[in-house]
Amino acid sequence: MLKKEKIKLLKKMKLIRLAEESIAEKYSDQKMRCPVHLCTGQEATAAAIGLLLNKNDYVVSTHRSHGHYLGKGGNLKKMLAEIYGKTDGCSKGYGGSMHLIDLNVNFMGSTAIVGNSLPVGAGLALTIKIERSKKISCIFLGEGCIEEGVFHETVNFCAVHKLPVLFVCENNLYSVYSSLLFRQPKNRSIAKMVNAMGIKSFSIDGNDVNKIYELASKELPKIRSGLGPRFIEFKTYRWREHCGPDFDNHIGYRTEKEFQKWKKKDPIQQFQTKLLKNNEITKQEIKKIDKNLLNKINLAHNYAEKSPFPKPSEALKNVYAK
Amino acid sequence: MTNRKISFVRAINEALFIAMKKEKKVICFGLGVDDPMGTFGTTVGLQEEFGIERVFDMPTSENTLTGVSIGAGLAGYRSVISHLRVDFFLLAMDQLVNGAAKWHYMFGGKTSVPITIRLIVGRGWGQGPTHSQSLQSWFAHIPGLKVVMPSTAYNAKGLLIASIFDNNPVIFIEHRWLHNQIGYVPKNEYKIPLQKAKIVKKGNDITIVSISFMVVEAIKAINFLNQHKISCELIDLRTISPIDYLTINRSVKKTGRLLVLDTDNANVSVASEIVARISMNLFNFLKTAPKMIALPDVPTPSSFGLTKNFYPGSKEIVEKILKILKKSINTNKLSNSNDLHDVPGSWFKGPF
Repeated sequence: MLKKEKIKLLKKMKLIRLAEESIAEKYSDQKMRCPVHLCTGQEATAAAIGLLLNKNDYVVSTHRSHGHYLGKGGNLKKMLAEIYGKTDGCSKGYGGSMHLIDLNVNFMGSTAIVGNSLPVGAGLALTIKIERSKKISCIFLGEGCIEEGVFHETVNFCAVHKLPVLFVCENNLYSVYSSLLFRQPKNRSIAKMVNAMGIKSFSIDGNDVNKIYELASKELPKIRSGLGPRFIEFKTYRWREHCGPDFDNHIGYRTEKEFQKWKKKDPIQQFQTKLLKNNEITKQEIKKIDKNLLNKINLAHNYAEKSPFPKPSEALKNVYAK
Repeated sequence: MTNRKISFVRAINEALFIAMKKEKKVICFGLGVDDPMGTFGTTVGLQEEFGIERVFDMPTSENTLTGVSIGAGLAGYRSVISHLRVDFFLLAMDQLVNGAAKWHYMFGGKTSVPITIRLIVGRGWGQGPTHSQSLQSWFAHIPGLKVVMPSTAYNAKGLLIASIFDNNPVIFIEHRWLHNQIGYVPKNEYKIPLQKAKIVKKGNDITIVSISFMVVEAIKAINFLNQHKISCELIDLRTISPIDYLTINRSVKKTGRLLVLDTDNANVSVASEIVARISMNLFNFLKTAPKMIALPDVPTPSSFGLTKNFYPGSKEIVEKILKILKKSINTNKLSNSNDLHDVPGSWFKGPF
């Protein structure tokens, strides 16, 4: 990875982290009146995959999609305005945090039912294949998806048609408060299973952004050249509660110890430390990056807060397309 | 008008040919669309003409293939999906209800998903509990979906072309017993606008609102009643959602009486909805209480014995209307003629 790319990657991860943390910080103002599923701790996949995809590559995502949207280059102001429920929101206030869209970067939509956006990504890929274009359809999913029927249907369909799809499966161990231990057999590897279903699969550390970048750079051109879909499991951890701004290690479904273990594997700290050690960045440069990002995020919050609410009568519009 | 007569099945087939020829981004898929039977003949020849990339068989994955049509729609493609029965499509409710129906609305109108989903209602020959559900009220209940139920070959062609080129998800419900109906159908392209009911027969004594196969039964009943100087106005709803209340209201204001016919179970049905709305909105125009005829609120049985009196037909319609009008006529002549109550005619020899 070139130094330039490394800096971009660091900036992207920080953008996602700081944006999510700004939402957590301001959530108690009660102005963002919709559920938010923050991805703090999981920034590496979103940033690396987002940077490696082309602008016209398609992305679909899940309820925990802020990072994927920002990673792909989605408009920050429009995302925050959507969370505030404002007319300038990316979905004009009709969708909220769980329904983000930015057609300027082909972020085609995130949806809130587990597994719901998977076949949508497959449909986009089907049109790429019909048109013989070199695009990719990237599908973000969580490990909870593996338990849904639609996952198996979609994997099967993509394998049968050799579609240009990258499955990005972030395994953060929990589905709301339910541990993976109670949801999937102990010694079964997700990647091995998907491999057996007909899609070349990998499983890697989702907090090591170098490795993610390396693997994705290798596999994306293969997908593009028609070698069929790829599936990557990224092992990672969400720091905050399933839905909302707080930490929830005290409520009993997971432990403070487990959280601390993962916090030590913070993808951003790890990467930044390495960059500093290799003299690829200075402390001062980092400070400047942080300052600029915070500034940008503050401006976006201001923009969102100032944007007007849609009129109540607008609720009755947009049911049908013309 | 034309003097060319073709079957309902051919009319569907022609509509698909026309739509696919007209617009390269129309794609057509479903279990067995390219098999020798070609979805009861409706998809025959399409793959030969338009190629395997635009017309293709699918895995038995109703839910995912519905989602695929959403994704394709986002890239500008119009999907036509065929399912051999309504019942199979119940596996796709997440993609239909949480996905297709909401997509335009929940992303602020930025994208739309033009999808036509063809579902076929089975009847008779022991189809039973899970091969003969109609369920249009399920779909009509969901904002964002359009629901269409053609009753003739002419309607089938014009409504299907209109559905394919509509920018919304459309549930297109065909009744298996209509597939062999013959009717006048122009060769060329024509569209029948959605949400536009058709007055099939004009009359003054009562308004009959009917859909799909019940239109066939209604016409038989009306012809019989005409001989006895009872004049019925027959409205073929054609689009179940949104409903063309303008046409219904105008007719009910004229006749003061309403009978709604449905192919579905009575409870919370399209028929009960129309009866409720007319009762609320046109109460002062009504001379008698609105009525409906629908299926009993039980699953559909399978046996030749159990189905004997299960489906109401022209006789029940006549009797209901006579009751509403407080008239008495001998209806023995109108016995639901054929002894084989479980087939639509000699053309149907099973198995599905």
